[in-house]
Amino acid sequence: MRRWLLLLLLIAVAAAIAAWFVSAPRPLYARADWRAYEDGGDPGRGRIMFLAGGCESCHMTPGQSDPLKLGGGYELKTPFGSFFPPNISPDPQDGIGGWKVVDLANALLVGVSPEPAHLYPALPYTSYSHMKFEDVRDLMSYLRTLPPVKGRAPPHRLSFPFNIRRGLGFWKLLYLKGGVPADDPTKSAAWNRGHYLVEGPGHCAECHSPRDLFGGIVASKRFAGGLTADGKHKVPNITQGGALAKWSQSDIETALSLGLTPDGDSLGGDMAPVVRNLSQLPKDDIAAIAAYIKSLPAIPSAGK
Amino acid sequence: MKRTLIIVATLALGMGAVYAASDAIAKRQALMKANGKAATAIVKIMKGAPFDLDVVQASLKTFIDSAEKGPALFPEDSKTGDDTGALPAIWQDKKDFEAHFAKLGDDAKAALGSIKDTASLKAEMPKVFDDCGACHEKYRAKKD
Repeated sequence: MRRWLLLLLLIAVAAAIAAWFVSAPRPLYARADWRAYEDGGDPGRGRIMFLAGGCESCHMTPGQSDPLKLGGGYELKTPFGSFFPPNISPDPQDGIGGWKVVDLANALLVGVSPEPAHLYPALPYTSYSHMKFEDVRDLMSYLRTLPPVKGRAPPHRLSFPFNIRRGLGFWKLLYLKGGVPADDPTKSAAWNRGHYLVEGPGHCAECHSPRDLFGGIVASKRFAGGLTADGKHKVPNITQGGALAKWSQSDIETALSLGLTPDGDSLGGDMAPVVRNLSQLPKDDIAAIAAYIKSLPAIPSAGK
Repeated sequence: MKRTLIIVATLALGMGAVYAASDAIAKRQALMKANGKAATAIVKIMKGAPFDLDVVQASLKTFIDSAEKGPALFPEDSKTGDDTGALPAIWQDKKDFEAHFAKLGDDAKAALGSIKDTASLKAEMPKVFDDCGACHEKYRAKKD
């Protein structure tokens, strides 16, 4: 009898060790190798990534109107609790002035901080993980040109068990796929560019898809409509199974660049800042995004 | 008798208030519909239809008219009902809300003065359309 108990105890310990190992935060790039990845970023191209990614929507200092002041502290209310996106200005103490390119790459591509610790997917790295390393490096060069801002965001206020960061290791096993999408040679160059911008930096699926109990995107309903982060308002289906079936590619371009739907309504809510950003992208990129969105196979609108 | 009169009068007043509220909602929804039509007419030209100054100016005047009439169409008693998309935030910061209308009016007037051809139309209109989005961002909930 005692032997059985001992065996059970051993199994439990082994399982705990395995769980601890499996859930460990693993950077993609070793910090010790930072020099090899540091040079070559282009701030002009990085600005395109900044606009496509909409970084300022969450990271800009609240209560003021300059989207380039990235002091953080905005309260992002979700069903799991409140997130306070951090200061990502180049301030060396309060912001990410001390970060290397590899640190940003680890944050965006695998959701791991320099500590290393798991970052919460309120930072939509489930999408950013599809970005090219060079684009992350360009983004870092651009972020470094922005004004440093003092002050730190308060810590996240989350309910149990979501306040246990280590648990994100398991979450990532389920939901973090990553990898740059392969070019589809049967499609146009514009479509492939749009595919990349929408699935990667643009992270459109993060709001336009329903989520399951653990906050992961329901794969079979990707782009078929979701809820705003606070869970209060519906976000439309952007596959051809929704209102966009009647929109032309040019209609989608108008919506993304001028904020106007075919019947002249002006997009509001969380989409308004997206339009403000996208309207500054090169025309070709808007056309590319629209070409990809128009090609999304019809899925009936998600129930929630 | 007196009491009946008072009750009838109170009811009438109450109905009147309800009517006024739904009237305000209907009126502002009609303004927004008109703005949508006006915007669509301008977008057509921006996307390649022949430039027509009359159409452009009529559209801009529609925006200016909305900016002037809009603020009065959000009385305290029109927060709910009639499928309104108006968010409670409007009545929490009425000054800011009304400032958005004022900015739309100013920007539309400036556009009215400066748009002469397709090139100036393309240059000026995004600022005006930005005003629509900026207000909808904070104060309008989209129903579907």
